[in-house]
Amino acid sequence: MSNGIAASGLSRRFFLKATAVAGGGLLLHAMLPLPVHAAAGVAAPAPLNAFIRIAPDGIVTIMSKNPEVGQGIKTSLPQVIAEELDVAWKNVRIEQAPLDEAKFGPQVAGGSRSTPVNYDPLRRVGAAGRQMLVAAAASTWGVAPSECRTEAGVVYHAGSNRSLGYGALAAKAAAMPVPDLASVTLKDPKTFSIIGQRIPGVDNAKIVTGQKLFGIDVTVPGMLYAVYQKCPVFGGKIVSANVQSLKALPGVHDAFIVDSSVVNPSGSHEGLNDGVAIVANSWWAASQAREQLQATWNEGPVAAQSSTGFAADAVKLSQQSPESYLRRDGDAAAAMQNAAHVVEAAYSYPFLSHIDLEPQNCTAHVQNDRVVFWAPTQHPAPGAKLVAETLGIPEGNVSVNITRIGGGFGRRLRNDYMVEAAWISRHVGAPVKLLWNRQDDMQHDFYRPAGFHFFKGGLDGNGRVVAFRDHFVTFGHGSTTADVADMDANEPPALLVPNLEYGQSIMESGIPTGSMRAPRANAIAFVFQSFIDELAHQAGKDPVEFRLTLLGEPRVLVNSTGIPDALRDFDTGRMSNVLRRVAEISGWSTRDRLPARTAKGVAFYFSYLGYFAEVVQASVAPSGEIRLDHVWAVGDVGSQIINPSGAENQVQGAALDGLGQALGQAITIDRGRVVQANFDTVQPLRMNQAPPVEVHFLATDHPPTGLGEPALPPVIPALCNAIFAATGKRIRSLPIDTDMLKA
Amino acid sequence: MIYTVEVNHVKRTVDVDGDMPLLWVLRDELDLKGSKFGCGAGFCGACTVHLNGQPVRSCITPIATVGDARVATIEGMAASTVGKKLQAAWMELDVPQCGYCQAGQIMTATALLTATPQPTDAEIDDAMTGNVCRCCTYTRIRAAIKKASGMHTASVEE
Repeated sequence: MSNGIAASGLSRRFFLKATAVAGGGLLLHAMLPLPVHAAAGVAAPAPLNAFIRIAPDGIVTIMSKNPEVGQGIKTSLPQVIAEELDVAWKNVRIEQAPLDEAKFGPQVAGGSRSTPVNYDPLRRVGAAGRQMLVAAAASTWGVAPSECRTEAGVVYHAGSNRSLGYGALAAKAAAMPVPDLASVTLKDPKTFSIIGQRIPGVDNAKIVTGQKLFGIDVTVPGMLYAVYQKCPVFGGKIVSANVQSLKALPGVHDAFIVDSSVVNPSGSHEGLNDGVAIVANSWWAASQAREQLQATWNEGPVAAQSSTGFAADAVKLSQQSPESYLRRDGDAAAAMQNAAHVVEAAYSYPFLSHIDLEPQNCTAHVQNDRVVFWAPTQHPAPGAKLVAETLGIPEGNVSVNITRIGGGFGRRLRNDYMVEAAWISRHVGAPVKLLWNRQDDMQHDFYRPAGFHFFKGGLDGNGRVVAFRDHFVTFGHGSTTADVADMDANEPPALLVPNLEYGQSIMESGIPTGSMRAPRANAIAFVFQSFIDELAHQAGKDPVEFRLTLLGEPRVLVNSTGIPDALRDFDTGRMSNVLRRVAEISGWSTRDRLPARTAKGVAFYFSYLGYFAEVVQASVAPSGEIRLDHVWAVGDVGSQIINPSGAENQVQGAALDGLGQALGQAITIDRGRVVQANFDTVQPLRMNQAPPVEVHFLATDHPPTGLGEPALPPVIPALCNAIFAATGKRIRSLPIDTDMLKA
Repeated sequence: MIYTVEVNHVKRTVDVDGDMPLLWVLRDELDLKGSKFGCGAGFCGACTVHLNGQPVRSCITPIATVGDARVATIEGMAASTVGKKLQAAWMELDVPQCGYCQAGQIMTATALLTATPQPTDAEIDDAMTGNVCRCCTYTRIRAAIKKASGMHTASVEE
């Protein structure tokens, strides 16, 4: 297998450009192609440009290329460069790069990709810088570079007992020959002093003292504040609004109707959508004026859609043959007929909102055919493109300053707020800060798609799975599934069960969907790992042993295309190892000693290149109330944890996030609109619910991969399986209905 | 209407509508951006400030109701002994992920430790449950409160 950070992939197209900067510093532009990443769905190779700046005083400035959304990338990727550059971390300063993909390469926070895509290339960027500094020192002293060594920002020559700091060498180093990135010498990981250290987040001091960091904190001279009311029904069109009377309200600068039909004829949810903009001298004044808004909408066809309607339609579809098959292995129908036991179950999960704590916002300043943004976006480049298309201006005229982001979870991979802000700024001829309120944010999201799975599993007389069937009912248009409403044909237990079929049927829907932390996996793990638990129970087997048997011998199950794809090829050995380890640390074998209605549940899941197995211990009161006692999480994300503090924080956060979804979150659709509007009806996990989460990593001989996502999916079925073990009640739909758990 | 409020020990005068929530007075009139907007309804705690030392939700506190009360915000916490300890503990234990809620968390925690210098877990739950951390850094928030209180604290790894 290869998720492909092989040095050989870097050899040919690498450039390292060094230039002296004002003040005698060294500026290293490292332009290198991304390694060929075998995974489909990963951005195509493109130039990456990391940058290092060394001032005469030895202070090293490292650009942070990707948006910081809480995943810790602004700390961890600079650690990688600093390690190989061999500079003391206390002398490193981090700057957030603005959008400039030609210079910095892909700038995106999504898919837990930043680590696998950047780890090896950025080590080489740092190492190349170190090599040039050594060359500068060797040339100064008239000695061979091989006689020199570096440590913490200083080059030493032992033979003559001389040393020079990087600051003093920077200007000369800029004139040194540029090394070939593929052949630079990398450190032995055993000698790492920055990679692998618990280095606190580089913005922590600003965060805890309340300094301006986030998109919502931006102010620009002459700025006005805007709110934007869209139709509560997705895709609805504006007919009329009382904008003249709104304009007369206190503080209101302008109010106007936005007809998006010309610039967004297809009605893309991410493009400009119809609405009423209210612009005022304060956000509060704009919000107050909005209270007086009277708008008439043409709600359109989506107004006929509802969650209850979808659920009823899904059941009807489940009674028919699937519209298509994702895969058919062996003869599932015959094997099911011959099975000693057959288990059938219907599972479902709801739409979910990302509920970023910082509501969607951005500040835009349009002047003639140019736009400047200050935007909390996880993926600025498509936002700039969308804005350019919508405004009819060249893409190169859109600049984006990337702010720190108060939660993304995938919501900010979409840039609808950028288009709205730009449109409003152009209309009023001033810089505008557009800020959504909580209701806007919850009711105009790109939701984790709901879904329905109708399972049937067959066991032989020894309790082995011989037949497996899923009829997945999802959303889309025609034969195309909606965004992230698809399922991978290689989803385990594919290739683990000889007779297996995955059928699929699609329901028409106008509800916008999109990536949410561990897209697909956040739902698929729940249904598959819960149903596998049902099979284990039917077989009378220990749920851990049953899963280990299902996984079988250590091997890589190459996806059915036959083309290796690290995102989809499943290593049963890595999974078995994390599963065994989590059983050990969680005291799985002694779980029968727990009190009545307290139990442990287990699940595993592979997603976004990470292997995770988790155990949840939960107690269910006679009232049905659930107490989360403890979570154990074991992950295999390769050979090196770049920052253990950040890594543990991610795993703990992901596990608790998943538990919060399972316990208190659903978005329901009624008459084409979202019912919920705030945190009273969509409940994030809170302090009094949060159990301890014990995190372990298995270091394996695989390239380091990311942690924003893969710890989330297994925690939900682990909880549901614990509830089953505690109460005998199987959770087959989310969020968990505690009424059904009453003693 | 003109209102004079004491914010972080300094008298500040603003000319705003009496209904305007203290949060928006702080953020957009006084340019103190540390207090955050999350829900606008008192559900999430991101906007938490102190009025006479008590934690309140500034997003639902009209400026007209503030009167003579002393307002303290995250920007003033470094001047408070308890606040400063909490800030140090937050940094040492590397609590934040996105960081958006943390000002509100620290404001609530400062009020807690001022009233209850060595809180039990149950007291921490009671005080902190109104503050949402969407990144779910609760384990570290709890550990940081204990650290700042001088109590023995478990490793953040557990």
